[in-house]
Amino acid sequence: MEKGRQPPPRVPVADRIRDFSEFSKDWTEQDARDQGSRCMNCSVPFCHSGCPLGNLIPDWNELVYRGEWQRALEALHSTNNFPEFTGRICPAPCEASCVLSINQDPVTIEYIEKAISDRGWKEGWIVPEPPETRTGKTVAVVGSGPSGLAAAQQLNRSGHQVTVFERDEQIGGLLRLGIPDFKLEKHVVERRVDQMTREGVEFKTGVHVGVDYPVREMLERFDAVCMTGGSTVPRDLEVPGRDLDGVHFAMEYLTQQNRVNAGERVDPTERIVAEGKRVVILGGGDTGADCLGTATRQGAEIVHQFELLPEPQLERGPDNPWPEWPLTLRSSAAHEEGGVRDYNIVTKRFSGSNGRVNKLHAVRVEWGAPDASGRPAMNEVPGSEFEIETELVLLAMGFLHPEHTGMLADLVVDLDARGNVKTDDNKMTSVSGVFAAGDMARGQSLVVWALAEGREAARGIDQHLMGKTRLPRVLSTG
Amino acid sequence: MVRKYKSEYVPRMAKQGLYDPRFEHDACGVGMVANIKGVKSHSIITQGIEVLINLGHRGACGADPETGDGAGLLIQMPHDFLVQQCAGQGISLPDYGDYGVGMVFLPRDPEQRKTCEAIIERVVKQEGQSLLGWRDVPVSPDAIGVLAAKVQPVIRQFFVARTADGEDEDRFELQLFLIRKQIERAVAASGMEEREDFYISSLSSNKLVYKGLIMAEQLEHFYHDISDESMVTSFALVHSRFSTNTLGSWKLAHPYRYIIHNGEINTLRGNINWMAAREGMFSSQTLGSDAEKLLPIITPGQSDTASLDNAVELLLATGRSLPHSMMMLMPEAWGDHLPMDQAKKDFYEYHSCLMEPWDGPALVIGTDGTKVCAILDRNGLRPCRYLVTSDDLLIMGSETGVLDVPPEKVLFKERIYPGRMFMLDTEEGRIIGDAELKSELSARKPYGQWLSSGRVTVDDLPEPDSVHPADFDTLADRQAAFGYTMEDLMMILDPMAANGTEPIGSMGNDAPIAVLSDRSPLLFSYFKQLFAQVSNPPLDAIREELVTSLAATVGSEQNLFEETPEHCHQLRLRGPVLTNRELEKLRSISEGKLKSKTLSTLFDVSEGSGALKRAIDLLCQEASEAVKRGCQILILSDRGVDAAQAPIPSLLALAGVHHHLIREGTRTKVGLVVESGEPREVAHFALLIGFGAGAINPYLAFETLEDMAGQSGMLSSGDYEDSEKNYIKALDKGILKIMSKMGISTIQSYRGAQIFEAVGLNQELIDGYFTWTPSRIAGIGLSEVEEESRRRHASAFQEATVAGSLGLDAGGQYQWRRDGEFHMWDPDSIAKLQHSVRTNSFETFEEFTDHIDLQNSRLSTIRGLLDFKSGDDSISIDDVEPAEEIVKRFATGAISLGAIGREAHETLAIATNRIEARSNTGEGGEDFHRFTSDPNGDSRESAMKQVASGRFGVTINYLSHARDLQIKVAQGSKPGEGGQLPGHKIDEYIGWVRNSTPGVELISPPPHHDIYSIEDLAQLIHDLKNSNPDARVHVKLVSEAGVGTIAAGVSKGHADVVLISGDSGGTGASPESSIKHAGLPWELGLAETQQVLVMNDLRGRIVVQTDGQLKTGREVAIACLLGAEEFGFATAPLIAMGCIMLRKCHLNTCSVGIATQDPELRKQFAGKPEHVINYFFFIAKQMRQIMADLGFRTVNEMVGRVDKLDTREAIVHWKASGLDFSDLLHKPDVPEDVATYCCEEQDHALWKALDHELIEKCAPAVEQQTPVRLELPISNSNRTVGTMLSHQVAKRHGEDGLPDGTIRIKFKGSAGQSFAAFLAKGITMNVEGDANDYFGKGLSGGTVVIKPPSNSTFVPEENILVGNVVLYGATAGKAFILGVAGERFAVRNSGAETVVEGVGDHGCEYMTRGRVVVLGPTGRNFAAGMSGGEAYILDESGGFKDLCNMGMVGLESVVEEEDKAALRRLIEEHLELTGSATAARVLETWAETLPKFVKVMPTDYKRVIEERAKKERDAALLVANG
Repeated sequence: MEKGRQPPPRVPVADRIRDFSEFSKDWTEQDARDQGSRCMNCSVPFCHSGCPLGNLIPDWNELVYRGEWQRALEALHSTNNFPEFTGRICPAPCEASCVLSINQDPVTIEYIEKAISDRGWKEGWIVPEPPETRTGKTVAVVGSGPSGLAAAQQLNRSGHQVTVFERDEQIGGLLRLGIPDFKLEKHVVERRVDQMTREGVEFKTGVHVGVDYPVREMLERFDAVCMTGGSTVPRDLEVPGRDLDGVHFAMEYLTQQNRVNAGERVDPTERIVAEGKRVVILGGGDTGADCLGTATRQGAEIVHQFELLPEPQLERGPDNPWPEWPLTLRSSAAHEEGGVRDYNIVTKRFSGSNGRVNKLHAVRVEWGAPDASGRPAMNEVPGSEFEIETELVLLAMGFLHPEHTGMLADLVVDLDARGNVKTDDNKMTSVSGVFAAGDMARGQSLVVWALAEGREAARGIDQHLMGKTRLPRVLSTG
Repeated sequence: MVRKYKSEYVPRMAKQGLYDPRFEHDACGVGMVANIKGVKSHSIITQGIEVLINLGHRGACGADPETGDGAGLLIQMPHDFLVQQCAGQGISLPDYGDYGVGMVFLPRDPEQRKTCEAIIERVVKQEGQSLLGWRDVPVSPDAIGVLAAKVQPVIRQFFVARTADGEDEDRFELQLFLIRKQIERAVAASGMEEREDFYISSLSSNKLVYKGLIMAEQLEHFYHDISDESMVTSFALVHSRFSTNTLGSWKLAHPYRYIIHNGEINTLRGNINWMAAREGMFSSQTLGSDAEKLLPIITPGQSDTASLDNAVELLLATGRSLPHSMMMLMPEAWGDHLPMDQAKKDFYEYHSCLMEPWDGPALVIGTDGTKVCAILDRNGLRPCRYLVTSDDLLIMGSETGVLDVPPEKVLFKERIYPGRMFMLDTEEGRIIGDAELKSELSARKPYGQWLSSGRVTVDDLPEPDSVHPADFDTLADRQAAFGYTMEDLMMILDPMAANGTEPIGSMGNDAPIAVLSDRSPLLFSYFKQLFAQVSNPPLDAIREELVTSLAATVGSEQNLFEETPEHCHQLRLRGPVLTNRELEKLRSISEGKLKSKTLSTLFDVSEGSGALKRAIDLLCQEASEAVKRGCQILILSDRGVDAAQAPIPSLLALAGVHHHLIREGTRTKVGLVVESGEPREVAHFALLIGFGAGAINPYLAFETLEDMAGQSGMLSSGDYEDSEKNYIKALDKGILKIMSKMGISTIQSYRGAQIFEAVGLNQELIDGYFTWTPSRIAGIGLSEVEEESRRRHASAFQEATVAGSLGLDAGGQYQWRRDGEFHMWDPDSIAKLQHSVRTNSFETFEEFTDHIDLQNSRLSTIRGLLDFKSGDDSISIDDVEPAEEIVKRFATGAISLGAIGREAHETLAIATNRIEARSNTGEGGEDFHRFTSDPNGDSRESAMKQVASGRFGVTINYLSHARDLQIKVAQGSKPGEGGQLPGHKIDEYIGWVRNSTPGVELISPPPHHDIYSIEDLAQLIHDLKNSNPDARVHVKLVSEAGVGTIAAGVSKGHADVVLISGDSGGTGASPESSIKHAGLPWELGLAETQQVLVMNDLRGRIVVQTDGQLKTGREVAIACLLGAEEFGFATAPLIAMGCIMLRKCHLNTCSVGIATQDPELRKQFAGKPEHVINYFFFIAKQMRQIMADLGFRTVNEMVGRVDKLDTREAIVHWKASGLDFSDLLHKPDVPEDVATYCCEEQDHALWKALDHELIEKCAPAVEQQTPVRLELPISNSNRTVGTMLSHQVAKRHGEDGLPDGTIRIKFKGSAGQSFAAFLAKGITMNVEGDANDYFGKGLSGGTVVIKPPSNSTFVPEENILVGNVVLYGATAGKAFILGVAGERFAVRNSGAETVVEGVGDHGCEYMTRGRVVVLGPTGRNFAAGMSGGEAYILDESGGFKDLCNMGMVGLESVVEEEDKAALRRLIEEHLELTGSATAARVLETWAETLPKFVKVMPTDYKRVIEERAKKERDAALLVANG
C-alpha cells in the first residue's frame, strides 16, 4: 500500500477556537480518491458489518477511487438517509473494524462518507424524491432527531403521508440543538429538512405530544405512530451543593450556545458562559468533549474534564481484540484545543458562596476485582481527597431514559428494565400501531444507531400498514 | 507373493447407492502383431500373447489378485482349425467366407441359456440363413481367478452358413450384423434374470474374438483353442485391461468386434445422444426396411469402447471403408491455423457436417478382417510404438520392447503421430501411411466444390434490415427479471469487457449450494461442471490451442448412409456467441436451405401455477411443427420480457426442446440457437452448449455493457465496441477452458455432451428436460423452478422501487454483504475463531462452532442437513481414544510456498509437526534447509510433499524427505485446470525453490503429462513409491459423479491414500466460474467413494481422506461417518493464523502477511503455531464428545457408519423438502469380512524391482563413494529403474548426491517406463536399445545416455528411440539420446541439459530452465508455454519457425560466445557418449552449420536475465569505482 491514512486538513487550533464554524476542511478530489484507493475491497468487509446501518463501504470506496461520485452517493444513500450527519459526527465503528486497523491505520471511511455527501449537495445531485403514488395511510413521527427524520423520510418515500411533531421551535433534535456547530453546522440539517419538506413530509414544530397535543387525538388521526423522542433524562449527581448556581447539565449549556449561534435571543440572566471561568466538566465522553470545545471557544480560563473510570489504554488489550469496538483512549478535536483530562475521580460535593459554586470536592478511586454483580469494585483512595476551584461545573454523565410522563404515560406502553420503551423486532411497542425507535427505544446511543433504528421502524410500520414492504431490513439485531 | 482371495463375496456391477456403472472407466495395454504380407501362422498368436504378457503391468487386478480386469485376442477366422474341430462334432463347415462364427457368452443357468440359444436359432432362421450347429468352447475355469470363475459365463460358438443366394461377402457381414442386433434386442427384451450376462463377442465371417475376465498370462490356459498349433492368422490384436472396478464382467474385456482401444471417449454421452437423434434419418438402399433392425445403433449401457465399436460397425455398414470410417470418428485437428492440404481440410470440413468427432485420448486399432487401421487422437495422448522387421513382422503396441527382436532384423522403429493414421493391408501386403491414405480418401468426392456451393458462413448472409436497439429505459427491470446483481456488472462483466479474460478470485466458495439458497438462483446454478481426472487428461487450451476449435456448423444433417452435396448445406460459425447483428442475419433467412424460425420462450405470469410447464410443452410442439415445415434453424428467444411475460429459464427451454426433438427423432434436422437475456457468465454459455445449443446471443449482457460503457459509466476501461469484442473473446476463451477441463477439444463434440452433474434437481425434471444428467440427491422440480422465475420477475415488475434503494441487488455471491447471499465465513465466524485460538478459549471456540453449525442448520451445505442418530449406546468420554491420537489424522491443505509467504508456510509445518499431523508443501517444492530441524526441536519440514503437474522442485531429495507423497490430480476450486503463479509473486527465494526465474510467470499444466489414464496413474504411484518406499503415496481427487469409481481405480493402482476434496476448497487464484461452478460437495464424493470401495472390497487397503471447508467437530464427525478416516483443513487454519478472507491472494496484497511475498506485508504476519494447534485440539475435543455420544471408542470404528446419520428433522424450507439422501446414506450390503476402513497395506510389488539388485551392488558407492560399474540386461517390464537407488543416495547424501560418475550402469535391451526417473546426482545410466515413456522423468542430477544397439541397421536419427514425455519435470542432470523422442520432450524441464536427434509435438512445453539441443526435426507446437531455459534447434530445412509456438519465445541466431560454447560442449559430449553421426558432422562443419541453429529464447526470461546481468555489471562497476 503506497498511500498512508490522511484525514482532511483541519483549521488550525488558534483560528478555529475563535468561532463556532466547522473545523474540518475539504480534501482535494485526488486526496479523496487516494484515500478511497486504500480500501482493500475485502471479500468479508468487517466495516460493512461493523456499521449499524450496514453501509456499503467497500462499494463506495471503490467508486470514489474510480471517480464515480454520483454512483458512490447512490450506494451511500441506499443504506443511509443522512450521510452528511454520520460523515461528521459518527465515532466510526466501521473504522475500528476495518481490516487495516489490525496492523496499520484504517481507511478514512467517515471522511470519505462526508466527502461523498458534501459533493452530492454541492453538485445538486441531492434533490427531493417524492413517491410516485400515495398509499393514503398517515403516520405521525414524534421527535425530529436523526431517528425520527430517518423514519419519516423512509415512510414518506414509501408513499405514506408523514407528519413530524417537534416540541422545540426547530427541527433536528440533538442534531440541531445538542451537537455544537463546530462539528455540525446547522445549515447541514436545514437543507435536509428542506428536501424532506419538498418530498412531502409535514413538520409541526412547537407541538409537544402528550402535553399540548393529546395522545388520543394523535392515535385517532394517524394510522401509525413512530415515537422518536430520544433519551432525554440526564444522569444527575446527587451530592451536596448540586443546587448551587453554576452547576448545570451539559445539555442546558450546549443547546443554549446553539440557540445563540442561530441568532436566537437568550435571556441574559439565563445565559451560561464560560468566559474567564475555571470550568470543570464531569464525564469523559463525547458530550463532555462537546462542552470542552464550547467552553474553549467561549474563552474559559481553564477547563478540567473528570472521569470516574480509569484512563483507557492506548492499545487494545488481549481481551478486546479486533474487530470489537476498541476500548482505547479517544481524543476528539476539542482535546487538541486545550483542557486537562483526569481519571478515577469521584465528586463528593460542591461548595460555594452566595449560592454560586466556587469549589468542587473530590476523591480519587481505585478499581478492584469485579464484585458479585460483575462490576469492578470502586474503592476510594484514603487521603486522596482534593478540591478544585471552579465557577462553572457541567454534568456530562449521560442520559438515563426517555421522559416517562406525558406521551409514554398516556399511551401506557411497556418499558424495559432500564426505562426505555420496549419494542419487538419490527420496532413496534406493546401498543399496536405505535412504534418506537432511536434512543427512546435503545437508550442513549450513536447517531448512526438512531438512523438505523429509524429506518428499521419505518420498515416495520410499512409492513404493519401494507402487509408487505420493500424497505430493507437494517438492524443486524433484526 | 500372490494372496489368495478368501471372501465369498462376489462384487456385481449394478447401480446402487451413489454408484452407477456408467461412471466406469478403463485403460489398458494394447498391441498388435502381424505379418505384413498376410502370411498366416500360429506364431502370430503366440507372439501376440507374449506382447500381452509383457504389457501385463498395464493391466490390473482387483480384490482377488488372480482375477484380472480382462484380456483378449482378435484374429482372422481360423478356418482350417474350425473345420477340423467342427468335423469332430458332426458339423461340416462350408468354404472360408461362406459361414460366420458367433462367439457367445451365455447365462450359467441352463434354462436361461436354452432360451438364449433358442433366440439365436430363431433369428438366424428368420433372417434366411441357416444355423449349422453349436460348439462348446473348451475352457479351464481353474486357470483363472476365483472371482472370475464364479461369474464365468458359458462360452459357446455357433455357426451360420451363408445361404447361396449370391450375396457377396460384404453383404453377408451386414447380414450377420443384422442377426446380432436382433438377437441382442430379443434377449434384452426377454426379461430373463441373467440377460445382462448374455453377450456376443463376435459374429463374423472373417474375425474371431477370444476374451474374458482373465489376465494376459491366463488367456491361452483358459481357452484351449488358442494354443492349438493349427489355429493360424496373419494378424492378432491383443488387449489387456485396467478398469476402475472389480465388479466381475466378462463382456467388458477387449477386443470388441472391430476395435481395441486404449484411452477414453470424453464426449460419449453426446455422441450417443447424437447417434440416437440421427437414427430417424437413416435410410439405406442396400438394407431397405432392414435398416430399422440396426437400431439402436449404440447399445445402451455399455462402455465407451463398445459404443465406438458400434459406431465403426455402423459406418462400415453404410459402405464406407475402414479408414474412411475412422477418419470420420476421430478427425485430426484441421483448424484454420494449421497448415494442411486443402483437399484434406475439405474432407474434414465436409464430414464435420455429417457427425461430430468422438473426442478424447485414444489409440484405436481396428480391423475389417483384412485391413488393420490404427489411429491416434489429435493430441497424441496415448503412446503407440511400432517396428518392422526384415522378415515382414510388424509389432505395434503401447510400449516398445514388448517382443524380443534381434536388433539387426529391425528395419525401422516408429510411432503413430497425433491425429495420424496407419494401415496395414494384408491383401496388398504393405503398410499404407497417413499421407497416402488420406489423400486417397480426400479425393473420393469433390468435397471442396460441394462445400463452396453448399456451406454458408455468417459473412455470406445479407445484412439484416434492422437490429434491436438497446432499450435503456427498461434495462433495469429486465436485468432484475433475469436476476442480475451489481456483482454481475462489477465483478463479472466489467473484467471480461475490460480485459477480455475471465475474472479471477481466490479462496473457496462458502455460499450455499443453489438448492439451499433463498435468493432465487438461476437454473444454471444447479449444475456443476464435470472434469477429467485420472481416467483422461484435461487439455491446455491455451498452450495447446492448435488442437482445439470453436468453429461448428448449425443446420440440418442428412442421411448418414449417403454422401451428397446437400450434406454440407449448413451454416458455419466461427464461435458460439452471436452479436445482435449476426443473430438478425440468421433470423432473416426465411427461405432456402437454411430457413430459420424464432420461437418465443416466455410465459404469462398472470396464468396460474403450471404456466411454465404449459409454455414449455407449447414450445416443444411449436418446435416439432417448425421442423416439419422444413425449418433448419430454431431461434429460442426470450426477447419481450415485460410486466406480463416472464422468461422460461433459457437452459430449461433449450434442453427441453433438445431432448424433445431427440425423442422425436428429428433433432439432427435443426440447429438450435438461443437468444436470451439470461446468460452472462462463461458457465452459463457452457451449459447451454453442453445441452445442445449451436449458438447463443446474450442480448441483455450486450445491452448492459452498452449501458456501462455509456451513461452509467461503470466500465473500467474502453468503449462499447471494445467491450463487446473483449466480452466475446473472454467467453470464447472461457468456454474453451471448460471444454478442455474434460479434455474435449472441439465445440462440435462438446455440444450436447452434457458434461455436468445436477445438484438438487429431482428425477422428473431431469428425465423430462436434462435426460441422462446425473442428479443424486433429488431436490426441486418444475414448480419450484417456476416459483423462482416468478420471484425474479416479481422483484423486477410487481413493486415500485423506493427512492434511495439501489437499482440492482448488491448480490453478495462473491463478497459478503449483510443482505446478500449467505456465507459461512462471515465477520462473526472469522472473529470468533481467531479470538478462540489466540486465547486458547474452548468456550469462544464453541461460540464459533455454534455459529457455523447453526449456519449449517440455516441450510447451506449437505452436511448441514444431516444429524447424528445418538441412541442408547453412548459411552464415557474416558473410553474414547485421546485427542492426541485424533489430531494425527489431521492435515493442512496443499498451499504452496509462493501462494503464501514463507512465515505462514513454516508456521503450519511447525504446528503440524509438533502434534504429528501433516502439513503439505503444495505445488511449490520445498527449501531443503527445512529438512533439518531447528535447535529447539521444531521442524519446518512439510510432512506431505505434493507432486503436482508443474513438478516444481520435485527432486529425489524432496521426495525422499516425505511421510506422504501427494499426487494432486485435481483441486477443488479449479478441477481440470492448471495454475499460474504470477511473476510478481516469484521473488529470488521462491524462484530458487521452484527452479525457475524470479519475476517470470510460472505455469502448471492442466494435466500431469505422465497421467493420461488410470494405468498411467498406477505407473506414477509406482514411481513415487520407488522414490521413497517409506512414504505413503496419496492421490488427491475432487468430488464429482463417478469419483468413487476413480477412487477404486486408484486403490487398484496401489495408492496408500485417496483424498476426496470438495468443490468449495480454497485457492490462491482461480477463475470465478470455476470456483463457483465446477466440482461437487465432498459429501457426495466421499459417500460414493466409501460405497464403491467397500462394494469392490478395495477399502481395506487404502486410507480415505476428505477436505473442503471443514470447520467444526460436527463436520469432521459427519465426514467420518460418511467414510473418511483422515481430514484436511486449509481455510480454517489460515484464519486461525490471521487470515481475514480478503480474497486478494492473487494480487499479492494480503494485508495480514499470509498470501503475499511482499517483504513489508510479510512482516505483518502474526500467526503462531499455537493458534493452529489450539484449533486442531478444539476440533478433536468436539469430535471425542460426539464419539462418546454415538458410542465409538476409535475413529476406525466410526468410519462409514452412515447408519448413525439421519436427515435433520427440524428443517423447514420450501426447496429443501424435495431432497432425498437415501443414496447418500446407502450402505453396501457386504459380508462382515469386507473391510470398511483401512486395515492393511497395499502390495506395491516393489520386491520385483531391478533396483534391489542395483542397491546391493552399488552399496560401496552409496556408503563410501567408491566407484561402481555394472552391466545388466533390461526389458520393458523393468520399470522405474534407478529410482530406488537414487532414494538411497538422497537419504544418505541429500541435495548434493554423489560425485559425478560414481555409479555407472550399462543396460542392454528395452527399458521400461520411467527409466531413470528422479535419478540422483552421481549416477550415470546407459541404455543400448530403446526406451519407453517418461524416460528421465524428474531427473535430479544424474546422467542418462541411450543409443540403439551397435548391431542395428536402421538410421538412428530417423527412428524413434524413446517414448513420450521424456525428462518431464527434470530439475538437473543430463540426457543424451541417439535417436528421436516422442511427444512432449522435456516438458516442464527446469534444469536438465540434453541432446536429442529429433522430437515430436509440443517439445519443451512449459520449460522453465535448462538447455535442450535438438539435432533434427521437431514436431508442432514447440516451446508452448516455455518461460525459461534455452533450446537450440538444428533447423536444416528452415521449417522450424512454422512449428514453433511463438506465444512466449523469440527465435535468435546463436551469436553470443557463451551460447556457442555451451552448445558445442553439449554436442561434443553427445558425440562422446553416443557416437552420434549427426553430432560428428555438425562438429566437423561447425562454421557452416552453426548458422543453421535456431536459438529458442523465452521473451520474459531474456528480459529478466538481461536485467540481472545489468544489475551485476552495475554492482561490479560500483565496487570498482568505490
